[in-house]
Amino acid sequence: MLNLVAAAFFFLVSIGIASAVEPDEVLDDPVLEERARQLSTELRCLVCQNQSIDDSDAQLAKDLRVLVRERLVAGDSDSQVIDYVVGRYGEFVLLKPRFSMRNLLLWATPIIALLLGAFAFLTMARRRRAAMTAESVSLTPEENERITKILDERD
Amino acid sequence: MTVELGHYCLVLALVLSLCQSVVPIIGSQRNDMRLMATADWTAPATFLFLALSFAALVKANVTSDFSVQNVWANSHTLKPLLYKYTGVWGNHEGSMLLWVLILAMFAASVAVFGKNLPPALRANVLAVQAWILASFVLFILVTSNPFIRLDPAPFEGQDLNPVLQDIGLAIHPPLLYLGYVGFSITFSFAMAAMISGRIDAAWARWVRPWALAAWVFLTAGIAMGSYWAYYELGWGGYWFWDPVENASFIPWLTGTALLHSALVMEKREALKVWTILLALITFSMSLLGTFLVRSGVLTSVHAFATDPERGVFILAILILFIGGSLFLFAIRAPLLRTGGLFTPISREGALVFNNLFLTTAAATVLVGTLYPLVIEAVNGAKISVGEPFFNLTFGPLMIPLLLAVPIGPLLSWKRGDLMGALQRLYFAAGSALFVMILVLAFTTDAPVLAVLGIGISVWVTLGAFAEIITRSGFPKKSLPVAFKRVAGLPRSIWGSALGHAGMGLTLLGIVGVGAFQHEIITSVTPGQKVDVAGYSVQFDRVLPRKGSNYIEDVVLFNVTAPNGNTFQMQPSKRVYTTRRMPTTEAAIETFWFSQLYISPGDVALDGSVTVRFWWKPLVTLIWLGPLSMVFGGLISLSDRRLRIGAPTTAKARRKEVEVKASA
Repeated sequence: MLNLVAAAFFFLVSIGIASAVEPDEVLDDPVLEERARQLSTELRCLVCQNQSIDDSDAQLAKDLRVLVRERLVAGDSDSQVIDYVVGRYGEFVLLKPRFSMRNLLLWATPIIALLLGAFAFLTMARRRRAAMTAESVSLTPEENERITKILDERD
Repeated sequence: MTVELGHYCLVLALVLSLCQSVVPIIGSQRNDMRLMATADWTAPATFLFLALSFAALVKANVTSDFSVQNVWANSHTLKPLLYKYTGVWGNHEGSMLLWVLILAMFAASVAVFGKNLPPALRANVLAVQAWILASFVLFILVTSNPFIRLDPAPFEGQDLNPVLQDIGLAIHPPLLYLGYVGFSITFSFAMAAMISGRIDAAWARWVRPWALAAWVFLTAGIAMGSYWAYYELGWGGYWFWDPVENASFIPWLTGTALLHSALVMEKREALKVWTILLALITFSMSLLGTFLVRSGVLTSVHAFATDPERGVFILAILILFIGGSLFLFAIRAPLLRTGGLFTPISREGALVFNNLFLTTAAATVLVGTLYPLVIEAVNGAKISVGEPFFNLTFGPLMIPLLLAVPIGPLLSWKRGDLMGALQRLYFAAGSALFVMILVLAFTTDAPVLAVLGIGISVWVTLGAFAEIITRSGFPKKSLPVAFKRVAGLPRSIWGSALGHAGMGLTLLGIVGVGAFQHEIITSVTPGQKVDVAGYSVQFDRVLPRKGSNYIEDVVLFNVTAPNGNTFQMQPSKRVYTTRRMPTTEAAIETFWFSQLYISPGDVALDGSVTVRFWWKPLVTLIWLGPLSMVFGGLISLSDRRLRIGAPTTAKARRKEVEVKASA
């Protein structure tokens, strides 16, 4: 979409810097590198807008990518790396917010919406069925008379 | 002078739409035909004045009249002519003017083409349309006037943002606005229905073509924008779950739900209240999108300009329309009589299922987009909600929906036969399983989810045509008979088949790129060869070149395909001279449905270049899918039932009676 101005913005802050993930950052161990890439997609570039450090070519994103790789090489687990980065930069850096009380509504929305919707439809359907059956049995005497008359006429 | 005339036309449009906001509705309340009929000429006249106003702005841009502030800020004498035209809506003021122009165009087309609507309904629809129009024209005049002059006039402009200097800007925003604003018509119809308290199957029949048209434009606009971002931004992504993308995606989700629920209402008179609510919500979400983009409340960079005054103004419009319409709904909805009983396993049931998941998905995206804003307002904490969140929540919601897509159209109304429907889908299910086994056999490290995704996409794509096959009677009937039957099917059946198949294709593209994309990031020296998924890519040299308003370093690559064909690819690094802004122009080569994508970094002093190479398997399906949906929508729009279904005019009826009488 018009993500273009986003690009414009970070191009401005990153003049003279080559594109995201550069060859000199790549780790020799392919398994570690793969983990680093995966983690990078979950961390936000702080000076860009809604972009992961994996996509961004801002200097700060590069610093973070290098930091992630340093921690991995030092033997950290994925969650330890995340904790370390959050410890330094706050939860703002996470593109996937944590499951916490504060984010309860965020994570629960799909389930709540689905259950509420299903409940509403079922209740409405039941009520409608009840209303329809109630209506259909209660013909007034006049209506009954008219129906008999119509049926008689057709004979 | 033309600039002042344009300004004046804008004011005239405001006055006319204010008249149209009041007079027709008084007419419909008093049953006064003359008052109601005023809307029939004020609506086209408003459109005319806005078109003149827009033309004045286009002229100022094309002639590079830098005495106009808006032109000075976004244009340059050296800018290519095409971008002098498209640059008109490449900024806040101009794009808002385009927004109201399209709004007025829809109102005018209801006045012109809606002659077969009951007069009171037409008058009310046009009045509601005028409320929206008046609000936004006022917004433009007060906060975002594109006709403000500069004195003294500067000699040279500041040029348009380079990333917007692309053919994409010519097509993407107008399509998107046609979609966004198109849903204003369904909103106005819903409001009119609540004002008059009358909603029946005929109402749904009138609304459906408008909803379908808006949906077609929105689908095309979103897909077009996605492809634009993919090739222009140069990092190969096609969807970023950015707040502004979400702002266009939420109305798409609810609009898709609306299309389906309107179907139930038209055919079975059920889901009336729900359809009305969806019509209100869909346009409300379009307004919310406009608010999010224009106000700058979300730190979205898509916003051309962030200005608190504008934000507050649009927020007021937003509250007025969303609040007002929901209030009216709360009072009027209980009065609407619903009808049409159905069991859970039925066409209606399937469409309810569709609506349930689509609206839940819309709610998920909406909450995800606004949550950081709310949290920050409540306790000052800053959090981010990005792609990993949406993949984890939106993705699973789509699975049951997509699994059900082929089944729905095969169920009959009122009471369906699930086993019978599934029997007709043996072929689709068998093919899906077969393809999944093939993928497992021929790839070594395919993720389980990717295999599942491919299976679902085959199921959806092939299953979409099950209804047509069933109706043709093939293989029981001979091929010629089957063909004759297929040719005689209503076009809307083809429409839904192509629409549904498009979903399957898009999914296949997303899974293909997500799971099997091949990426190489490396630094290359002249003459060096890189192997990208079987394509031998050789870096030739760097060629400096000069464009009209930029200079670029073209990075030449000679590519040899696995079949021996050779060709050249020329990505480049550009610097636009006026704004001193660098951009990356990726080179893309398409092979069937897959693409080779080369994005260069900067050229180092020693002549080496850092380059990202991608092999993107099946990537074009991501946009061919929406194309199929758009095509399906257009076929459906041309269905005779949509045109003939509406009541005939009195004149035509008289003629019919005369013919019968003479017979």
